[in-house]
Amino acid sequence: MSRLAVSGLWKGYGPTRTVLRGVDLDVAAGGLSAVLGLSGCGKTTLLRVIAGLDRAERGTITLGPRTLEGPGTYVSPEHRGIGYVPQEGALFPHLTVQENVGFGISRAERRGRAVGELLEMVGIAPLARRLPHELSGGEQQRVALARALARRPDLLLLDEPFSSLDATLRNHVREEVHGLLSRQGVTTVLVTHDQEEALSLADTVAVMREGEIVQRGIPEELYNRPVDSALARFLGAANLIDATFRDGFAHTPLGVLAVRADPHSSMPAQGVVMLRPEQLEVRALDGGQDTTAAAGVHGHVEQCRYYGHDALLQIRPDDLNGGVGADLLVARVHGEAALAVGTAVSVLGHGPATWVR
Amino acid sequence: MSSLTPTADQNPGSFTRAWSGRRRWPVLSVAGGAIASGLVLLPLAFLLNQAGRSGWGEVSRLLFRHSTAVLLWNTARLAFASTALCALLGVAAAWCVERTNLPARRLWAVALVLPLGIPDFVIGFGWVSIDPSLHGYLAALMIMTLSLYPLVYLPVAAGLARADPALEEVARSLGLGAWQTFRRVTLPQIWPAVLGGCLLVTLGLLAEYGAFEIVQYQTFTVAIFTEFKLGFDAAAACALSLVLVAIGIVVLGGELTLAGRNRGTGTRPREGARRPSSAVALGRLTVPVLAGVFALVGLALGVPIGALVYWLVHGGSTTLPSASILTEAGHTAVFSAAAAALATTLAVPVCALSVRHRNRFTLAIERLAYLPQALPGLVIALGLVSFTIRYALPLYQSTLELIVAYAILFLPLAVVGVRAAMVHASSSVLEDVARSLGRRPVTVWLRVTLPVIRPGLGAAFALVFVSSATELTATLLLRPTGVNTLATQFWTYTSDFSYGAAAPYAAVMVAISAVPAYVLSRRVSALARIGQS
Repeated sequence: MSRLAVSGLWKGYGPTRTVLRGVDLDVAAGGLSAVLGLSGCGKTTLLRVIAGLDRAERGTITLGPRTLEGPGTYVSPEHRGIGYVPQEGALFPHLTVQENVGFGISRAERRGRAVGELLEMVGIAPLARRLPHELSGGEQQRVALARALARRPDLLLLDEPFSSLDATLRNHVREEVHGLLSRQGVTTVLVTHDQEEALSLADTVAVMREGEIVQRGIPEELYNRPVDSALARFLGAANLIDATFRDGFAHTPLGVLAVRADPHSSMPAQGVVMLRPEQLEVRALDGGQDTTAAAGVHGHVEQCRYYGHDALLQIRPDDLNGGVGADLLVARVHGEAALAVGTAVSVLGHGPATWVR
Repeated sequence: MSSLTPTADQNPGSFTRAWSGRRRWPVLSVAGGAIASGLVLLPLAFLLNQAGRSGWGEVSRLLFRHSTAVLLWNTARLAFASTALCALLGVAAAWCVERTNLPARRLWAVALVLPLGIPDFVIGFGWVSIDPSLHGYLAALMIMTLSLYPLVYLPVAAGLARADPALEEVARSLGLGAWQTFRRVTLPQIWPAVLGGCLLVTLGLLAEYGAFEIVQYQTFTVAIFTEFKLGFDAAAACALSLVLVAIGIVVLGGELTLAGRNRGTGTRPREGARRPSSAVALGRLTVPVLAGVFALVGLALGVPIGALVYWLVHGGSTTLPSASILTEAGHTAVFSAAAAALATTLAVPVCALSVRHRNRFTLAIERLAYLPQALPGLVIALGLVSFTIRYALPLYQSTLELIVAYAILFLPLAVVGVRAAMVHASSSVLEDVARSLGRRPVTVWLRVTLPVIRPGLGAAFALVFVSSATELTATLLLRPTGVNTLATQFWTYTSDFSYGAAAPYAAVMVAISAVPAYVLSRRVSALARIGQS
């Protein structure tokens, strides 16, 4: 088990394209860190630089006590002891499952129990003599994982390992791999564009945007305290509401809400707060009721996405100039509480709200 | 895709890429690429050298005489008419096989490709041996069209099998009829394939010697051969060759221009998501279409094979070639195998450079390797003769010279075979994974790269072998004195009208080259079957 520390990593292709701009990353020994970002943000390049397959221009990479990359230092990929599992698994097409898994270890180790144990561990022992094209996507992924683990790497790099699997299989394989990795206690960096995957699997998440890490932290912190509104939306549906700050509370049309302030900077008098859909409370208004009496923002259900366990409502406020600051409010309600399109509702917020820039 | 990680391929013209991480300049590949380029340029250089030696006055006198104009007219009208006919027959046949409910489609798919496995001069021999009065323009047109149309059929059939049938279904649902759908939706998709096929037909016509000699039709190639072999006029032969090279380059440029104007060929359907293409019901047209396809296969395949069988059975009693055919078959096999090994070996560094270290320099090497496609075998042979006579006399008409000529001539085939495999091996991250599993670059090359590209190497070797084994024109010029290959011995007998004695040689050549033709047709059918299951 080794701690991975990456600092100040720069990488460009030619004078015009910079792919990594001073990336810092820190993964505790035995921890699982996810790098989350859109296509093209540089996250695969980051993995390749850590693996030694591409070279950085500046910056250092240390793994445990060893410096892999730094001023005057470059350890070639075969000497880094880092397992790399690329997107499609990249199994050697001319080798059987067993030969693939044994590729990186010595002949003596191959003859021993090592390969068999690994295959059993990832649950594909009966397929040992198959060729890669005879395997399903999930099976291929497991072989690739077993192959990388066979050398007992100090660090494992997974590049979008589950994206080629279909939705039902993905959850299953994800759970299995997660269990396996935490049992093995191997330090892991996982790269993904799927925020749900990042938030649910990783101990820590680093969000990458245009070659920079914009925020690092535990999943709850990222979800609840995104550093800016773009990130807030990237990590899940978000309502961005105009607010006036007074006495440590946010005064909004949805109610007076407690605020998660940024300890590093003082809050302005006016600003925007974020409320996740599950922080909105939606009440249907009866036709006979005096609608003006009910508190909160009044509006109509414009769309209802029903997911079974819950439902997402899109609500258009009746008074667009009422100071909400958003054209549409998104609220998550219990599946049983799903409302028909056109229902008149009032919406209230529950704190704490997050102040975002 | 998770990222826009720039690969070397996205950065043509940049040398910086070559220095990141694993990508250092490989000395061996650069050396191999340089040798390949040098070999391709050598014959051209000495063609120019030879022509220049005789002086511009002499060259212009040769080029601007009346007979040159006649040759130009003969060559041009045949090239135009035959290419147009091949395009028509090839596209029509491919559409009928791939897009209609024609009976016995899979059988026709194979039979329509097989004429490719018969050398053109054998098809010519087949026709003339049953009708000795065949000669001149129309005979040349018919024979060349019948032997070359598969060059259009094959890529077009493959293109149709690969094209997304959903596009055609959408067109039909938007109210277009079968013909309109073909013209406005199908044809634009297969247009690059049609053009590519036509290019091969035209270049094949420019290079052909044997078939035209048999039907006594004078084209540039025939005239060059006659000037050199019978008139011993090397200067005239080289001057005329330069015209032929110029025509070839014009044709190549024309194809590139036309293909460049073509817009995107559409989005590829996802593998596995492809559905069967709904076949157009022929209805009352079934019988006429069937008759047409039957006639085409009968003329292109039935007549030459029938003639061969006839002469094998009836002609051989007095002139049975006994054991000598084994000698010639042995020569053919050794020369072809050596040429195939050399061409494949040269293709590996060319492809490795252009795929992994893409920049202006390596692209130029790759383009040069394709150049012999536009150079008739006769031109390459003449260039090599000019070189060896002047600077390396011991090599003149040596086995080595012949093998090198084959290797240069068929280098494009080897590059085509190796390149796809190299792209596959390099675009997947197999090599990266192998490095991260603790293997050194040399080990990675031996244990991962080589096994992955092996099928490509095999295909390249087979293509060059077969093409060399049936090569006639360059062989006639370059073979060591007293040594015959199957093709030249066949040619000697045919020239003496000893058809019975010639037939077994043709039969062996057909047997050798029918195999890859069959494999090619099976590959297209396999594509089509994927579309149907």
